[in-house]
Amino acid sequence: MSELQYKPQDFKSDQYVRWCPGCGDHAFLNYLHKAMSELGIAPHETAVISGIGCSSRLPYYMNTYGFHTIHGRAAAIATGLKVANPKLSVWQISGDGDGLAIGGNHFIHAIRRNIDLNMILLNNEIYGLTKGQYSPTSPRGFVSKSSPYGTVEDPFRPAELAFGARGRFFARTIDVDGPTTVSVLTAAAKHKGASVVEVLQNCVIFNNGVHSILATKEGRAEYAIQLKQGEPMLFGLNNEKGLMQDGFGLKVVKLGENGITEKDILIHDAHTTDNTLHLKLALMQGPDFPVALGVIRDVEAPSYDESVEAQICEVQKNKKVRTLTEQLMAGEIWELK
Amino acid sequence: MAEALNIIDLENVVVRFSGDSGDGMQLAGNIFSNVSAVLGNDISTFPDYPAEIRAPQGTISGVSGYQVHIGTKKVYTSGDKCDVLVAMNPAALKTNIKFTTPQSIIIIDTDTFTKRDLEKALFTTDNPFTELHISNTVIDAPITSMCKESLKDSGLDNKSIIRCKNMFALGLVCWLFNRPLEHALHMLEKKFSKKPTIAEANIKVLTDGYNYGHNTHASVPTYRLESSETQKKGFYMDVDGNKATAYGLIAAAERAGLKLFLGSYPITPATDILHELSKHKALGVKTVQAEDEIAGVATAIGASFAGCLAVTTTSGPGLCLKSEAINLAVIAELPLVIVDVMRGGPSTGLPTKSEQTDLLQALYGRNGESPLVVIAATSPTNCFEAAFYASKIAVEHMTPVILLTDGYIANGSAAWRIPDLASYPEITPNYVPEGTENWKPYNRDPETKVRYWAVPGRKGFEHRIGGLEKDYSTSAISTNPANHQKMTETRKAKIEYISTCIPDLKVEGNEEASLLVVGWGGTYGHLHSAVKECNQKNKPVALAHFNFINPLPKNTLEVLSKYKKIVVCEQNMGQFAGYLRMNFPGLQMTQFNKVEGQPLAINELKEHFIKLMEE
Repeated sequence: MSELQYKPQDFKSDQYVRWCPGCGDHAFLNYLHKAMSELGIAPHETAVISGIGCSSRLPYYMNTYGFHTIHGRAAAIATGLKVANPKLSVWQISGDGDGLAIGGNHFIHAIRRNIDLNMILLNNEIYGLTKGQYSPTSPRGFVSKSSPYGTVEDPFRPAELAFGARGRFFARTIDVDGPTTVSVLTAAAKHKGASVVEVLQNCVIFNNGVHSILATKEGRAEYAIQLKQGEPMLFGLNNEKGLMQDGFGLKVVKLGENGITEKDILIHDAHTTDNTLHLKLALMQGPDFPVALGVIRDVEAPSYDESVEAQICEVQKNKKVRTLTEQLMAGEIWELK
Repeated sequence: MAEALNIIDLENVVVRFSGDSGDGMQLAGNIFSNVSAVLGNDISTFPDYPAEIRAPQGTISGVSGYQVHIGTKKVYTSGDKCDVLVAMNPAALKTNIKFTTPQSIIIIDTDTFTKRDLEKALFTTDNPFTELHISNTVIDAPITSMCKESLKDSGLDNKSIIRCKNMFALGLVCWLFNRPLEHALHMLEKKFSKKPTIAEANIKVLTDGYNYGHNTHASVPTYRLESSETQKKGFYMDVDGNKATAYGLIAAAERAGLKLFLGSYPITPATDILHELSKHKALGVKTVQAEDEIAGVATAIGASFAGCLAVTTTSGPGLCLKSEAINLAVIAELPLVIVDVMRGGPSTGLPTKSEQTDLLQALYGRNGESPLVVIAATSPTNCFEAAFYASKIAVEHMTPVILLTDGYIANGSAAWRIPDLASYPEITPNYVPEGTENWKPYNRDPETKVRYWAVPGRKGFEHRIGGLEKDYSTSAISTNPANHQKMTETRKAKIEYISTCIPDLKVEGNEEASLLVVGWGGTYGHLHSAVKECNQKNKPVALAHFNFINPLPKNTLEVLSKYKKIVVCEQNMGQFAGYLRMNFPGLQMTQFNKVEGQPLAINELKEHFIKLMEE
């Protein structure tokens, strides 16, 4: 990897960006360029793989190596790429349909194997490119073109799925929040193994305002919590609220009420191996709880691609054959003279 | 003993070992074929095993077979009918009697022909031979009890002792064909090197079986197969088609200077390629056992984008699942080898039986105008060549190549001369030349239409490809109507150009005959043998057998139009015949089609050809 410094525009391609005006993808794209420039990895050592959907057009707007593939398979194609060349920094861009519906199987298995991929899930809870059907993250009862009377199914919660697949890295951000987005993207890239970043994203045409409550700074202060490693879990416009453990669950408390001080508030530890509390944090939702943003879980474990290389090295240490002919001649053979 | 009087010389012999699927018939057959190959005979084998791993013991559905064809000259098939049938129980006898002739010798284990065993095999009387209307020579051997007797002092438990009875049967067969035991003993030592007691037990039973035959059946004539002198000198090994395919892929990666990557999901009868390639970490081969068939091909496409020789292996149902991803490799113009080991279909069909029914799926089973290369392997050892050339074409022409093999050649084995890899052509990827400026990913060689390859990690050639149609010149996304026409024609022309890089179609047999037999892929051995036997009987017939299916060899029409009568023989309902008719309208041909899951029968083919000549 290169030590050179890059600017965001070094990662920008010359293609005209064709998303709808106001689409959350625009903001995300800019933050991705920024995050990549901060990582210091050269564009030619970076590859961006996507599936199908609005967000999957993203590779065309990158000046890196890029592959716009087929519906749902981005995680599997990225897996092959990374295993083939572990030196590359590989990003996988998917929407909620691409990643969790048609590509659900690849999503969980890439996480389970812990391939060193940066898996970005742009979650707008709707199918945009096919013009407005509900997605596997749309809430029960959601009215859409394909559910005119409301859906009768429960959605996936991406964190639950990732943790069910033994996910070691999970972060969440919202498209309009530049600093958080850039910081979780760089953290995801630095994490060795499968890193899942859920980006809460707006679809201006088919699901406008889906995350509007979190779209402003004030809204995020009030209804979200920015998790920071080693810091107390405080939120609110004046950091006046916090999270405490309550039996097997969590509760929201106010500092100063019932004698509660900052010392009573939970300290965030993304690195703890046990995922129980990480899951609780990741599943928090309004109106009773703030939505967790930032890096929720970040635990080291051997990555698949690294282990493949290590196994090859190990076998090569013990076996001296390096060509097919040597291999065959060392086997069960006979000579006809 | 007057041995000289009791030895009959043979040119060919077919032995079929059959028993319960736990009886070790595959191992006995495999050792027998290897022992013969080491003596310089040519061999061709075919395992015939049930879809169930362990069906109830002694029942018809649990019967497993292994057929070995040995010849003093080259043999092309595992043989239609057997000269010797080993039947370890009544169910094996009942199931395999159809593979015998009245002259076949049958060896049975008399210990397993009790009333209960006969009932399990659904015999209704206590005389299975009368019930099956057979009067063959039967060598009655109390195999189980002799095996127990042989190992009574071994200290092994009863179960382990009975497991060795296949070696007693093998010993008998080795005696019958005057095979020295030396190589067999060596193979057993090696196979059970970690379990010396088991090795010793197997060796003892094998030797006792041999001696038993020698001592007690002196009146039965034994047979001798002279060593062949037609075989080329060199080092040989026993390979089945799946192994040969794996080796061909490794050889191609070596000649191309590329890493070999396999993404695959287990499926019968292709899984052994995954097993084989997974062993070769020392050669740097990377294998991913993916979460499903789609991920198998998708990981391979990712690895291809990364610059590997990328492969996925499957069988018919898996090819269905991979279609969409294969099409991505078509439009992205990435090298990819897809090995389809065909089995009986549709759907799950006959997983352990062989067919040639995926041809049209391979050619056309994708959306859009989606040309790709289709190659078929003709024999277990030809799988090596076919896999090598499939890889060469994929890498040099930036295209997916589907390599069709089938269950028969994939599991069938033959003696294979270890090739000198230096005599194989180099494989040269079409990389973007150094110093190229203003390069775009869909820029292509003006003659071959092959696009230039830039692999991630290479500075200055960052680019984006994908499943959307691209502009011929700028390589940007394009929906321009004229451009789509041009790109479609270009992709077609790229594949058609490959016909100038492959060998011409050859005719064998009697070229001047008026009847031409046409075949493709794994039926070669049977068609070759049937054609040869017709010609030996002064019934002139020619054979044109295809390795390359898309594109077809450029002299195809020239060859086919020379013959008055053409019969296209396939293990499907006429897929290649239909393909030829589409390519060469007006060309008249008849068809010979079988979909019984079994190899074509040489006798049946001969009769059919002779009938056609006389029409």
